[in-house]
Amino acid sequence: MERGETAVRAEIALRVNGEERRVVADTRTSLLDLLRERLGLTGSKKGCDHGQCGACTVLVDGRRVNACLALAVAHQGADVVTVEGLADGDEPHPLQRAFVENDAFQCGYCTPGQLCSAVGVLAEAARGWPSHVTADLAADGVELDEAEIRERMSGNICRCGAYPGIVAAIREAAGGGTAR
Amino acid sequence: MTMTPAKVPRELDSPLDGGVGESRRRPDGTLKVTGEFAYSSDLWLEGMLWGVTLRSPHPRARIRSIDVSEALAHPGVEAVLTHEDVPGFKFYGLEHKDQPVLAIDQVRYQGEPVALVAADHPEVARRAAAKIKVDYEVLTPITDARRAAFDPDCEKVHEDGNVVRHQPVIFGGDVAEARAGADVIVSETFEVGIQDQAFLGPESGLAVPGEDGGVDLYVATQWMHSDLWQIAPCLGLPEEKVRMTMAGVGGAFGGREDLSMQIHAAMLAMRTGKPVKIVYNREESFFGHVHRHPARMRYEYGATRDGKLVFAEAEIILDGGAYASSTPNVVGNAASLGVGPYKIPSIRVDAYGVYTNNPPCGAMRGFGAVQACFAYESMMDRMAAALGLDPVTFRQINAAHPGDALATGQVLEHMAPLAEMLGRLKAMPMPPERDAAGHDLRELPGGVSNTTHGEGVRRGVGYGVGIKNICFSEGFDDYSTARVRLSIIGGEPTVLVHTSAAEVGQGLVTLKAQIARSELGVRRVTIAPADNQVGSAGSSSASRQSYMTGGAVKVACEAVRERMFKLFEERLGRPPASLAEAVEHLPEVLGDEVIDETREFHHHRTERMDPVTGQANSHTQLAICVHRAVVDVDVELGLVKVVELAAVQDVGKIMNPLSLEGQIHGGTAQGLGLALMEEIVVADGKVRNPSFTDYLIPTILDMPPMRLDILEYADPRAPYGLRGAGEPPTLSSTPAIVAAIRDASGLALTRVPVRPEHIAGSS
Repeated sequence: MERGETAVRAEIALRVNGEERRVVADTRTSLLDLLRERLGLTGSKKGCDHGQCGACTVLVDGRRVNACLALAVAHQGADVVTVEGLADGDEPHPLQRAFVENDAFQCGYCTPGQLCSAVGVLAEAARGWPSHVTADLAADGVELDEAEIRERMSGNICRCGAYPGIVAAIREAAGGGTAR
Repeated sequence: MTMTPAKVPRELDSPLDGGVGESRRRPDGTLKVTGEFAYSSDLWLEGMLWGVTLRSPHPRARIRSIDVSEALAHPGVEAVLTHEDVPGFKFYGLEHKDQPVLAIDQVRYQGEPVALVAADHPEVARRAAAKIKVDYEVLTPITDARRAAFDPDCEKVHEDGNVVRHQPVIFGGDVAEARAGADVIVSETFEVGIQDQAFLGPESGLAVPGEDGGVDLYVATQWMHSDLWQIAPCLGLPEEKVRMTMAGVGGAFGGREDLSMQIHAAMLAMRTGKPVKIVYNREESFFGHVHRHPARMRYEYGATRDGKLVFAEAEIILDGGAYASSTPNVVGNAASLGVGPYKIPSIRVDAYGVYTNNPPCGAMRGFGAVQACFAYESMMDRMAAALGLDPVTFRQINAAHPGDALATGQVLEHMAPLAEMLGRLKAMPMPPERDAAGHDLRELPGGVSNTTHGEGVRRGVGYGVGIKNICFSEGFDDYSTARVRLSIIGGEPTVLVHTSAAEVGQGLVTLKAQIARSELGVRRVTIAPADNQVGSAGSSSASRQSYMTGGAVKVACEAVRERMFKLFEERLGRPPASLAEAVEHLPEVLGDEVIDETREFHHHRTERMDPVTGQANSHTQLAICVHRAVVDVDVELGLVKVVELAAVQDVGKIMNPLSLEGQIHGGTAQGLGLALMEEIVVADGKVRNPSFTDYLIPTILDMPPMRLDILEYADPRAPYGLRGAGEPPTLSSTPAIVAAIRDASGLALTRVPVRPEHIAGSS
């Protein structure tokens, strides 16, 4: 690309963490780059930019998405929630609290993606969406036991190996109530 | 105009209770779960440029010419630099200054930096870099480390020869004589592939030019001062003009001990007069840092029929790739710990670190000791089998006890007896037996995506023992510096702890606050961002920061406490009855005054290894971890499921139970990765798999539940009696898992990672 020759720019409108945002951006911009570089939301992380590590996971219309593989322009009007939008005001999301309490991270670089992914998992289980390891496909809801959590979180790599803490944190949050 | 970037690290408030020994939460934990924690890749300054590195596509080539004119003319480009633009000394390196900042006349590995571009957008910089014309005369790479070391006709990677270090270790009686007295002799050659640290936060940072001609660098590193000592000469600047601040570190594991983009970003910033950010992408990250040395290890052991080892002989060849990095230390570890914590009357080890045109290798968690551990533990199993002995019993028979000497003559002191650790490990409950008849497909290796019903699944159990040196070894005067400041803020005694030590996720900021709270009896502790305005803290490596920076914070706190007590006595006319009383009266005693003390902490001196015999008290501290692995192996499909891992580790003193468990889990997971999947595959000097699609690291599905038994045999020379804990579990998990696969499959398996084709016999 020689600049100005082939670049196509478009106005992209998104609802991000409850706020309407409009940005004019190159149509090749990924949702991750848009969040990080245009909207200043650097909580979502770029670990591989190829959808392999899960560090960029955000919620788009309530579902888990690798933001590095999503073109921003393809999600016009979508409702996007990033790690910055998980808390309810000053009240952390139960998963955020459980991650801290269970030491479910070390360097923390994968954590924003783990958290968004886990929020997605709780919602999927509540809706009864089966996974690869769900025994009863007809059940209304899925109980998030250890096997379910591991299967559903397997797209989010933690290089520090804080997996036992991640399983414990999600189990705690899935059990309802505050994590203490 | 001073430019301070957005997303720089800030002070961490830790206003809660919790001293040494408690599971205190991380002071940076809330920032990390809310997305506010500022990593080096998040740094931002309006108007900054983006730097990109042009790298060699060839593992070995002469550079005839470099033409940057077309790249420089590319719209948006502000600078294109080559080695001619390096302002100062053109070489750097941790041990040997053998690595050019940018390639000069030749390249020695695929991915070697050749030129730099700064532009107003990263993609513009990338496109411009592609327009740099480098005329290479491609040469045949030197890729066989053994040949590079021993064949006098082999070409040289560097003029001064291909052997970076050869370290022999000769212990006890003559090996040839001992061999004659052995009833059973076993020998084997083992290989370890190249493992990558694969930290999730790629190399990145920001350089901001200063008005004084200096530069402000915000980088994620393991040892800020070591960076500084290498960067300043290359930039032609005095050290005080290179101001460094630690940006948030997205994992390290040894891979940030060497420089990556530091000098490059600073050169571009100084040339353009503008801030420059460099962020590697994942592929570039595979070329942007050193890896774990691959090893080829020939071992021979002899034993008597009653199970006593009589000799051990080993030749360990570590391929250091194109530049030395920390290869000399890796060789020292492999040599000194080459036969593990066993009592063997005659030992001969020869460890070599070699230059080749393969990817440069250096520090990774457990370096040198990891490779040797796979070999000596495999030998222990092999010998036990040859003698018809249980592998745990055989290890117990030959275990070195406290008071026994290692191969270097260094005596084990103040640590848990290995034989007892093994006994405890073996006595830990086993996971439930596999129900072969009514098995659940989801429980099989490979899960329900399997193409069989598990007819070929076998269970295996294996054990592994590892010994790792803690802190720096071989005569290095290792130290850390801490500054502790006590003042009254808002009526409350507040302690500020300031060090340059790198928090890489290990929880050092938590520990520093715990120590300050315990030593000074205050609740409120603030952790200052790490920068070079305070002395060196040494590296966040070698499992050393709890010992070294923990020690420095402790002695600085003690100095503050002494002044606090003295002031109390001056003002109140009597010494305080207790620390609690001193703290209670602090607001009136201290008033607006400040107590500010900086202390260095040195560990006791160690010795250089004798160049001929390797004999020396070369290590500061030693630590042992033992693992048991239970695996299910589908011997037809070659799939492995690690069902459970159990570990017993002696940590001297549990400083923070939660953090400690995290370190053992994490180290174990990386050892599992080396056992089963992690390898940078290199062919003719070229990396074949620089992505997470082809370089696999363990997921949450691969890492099984763990049972831990943590022992506290205090080391009286270490602060609080603690023993470094981050690396030992990385050693012993690998051989334990491979032993379990051997137990299940009956295969020899002399190489890690063990791939499906090695088990299914299709390779």
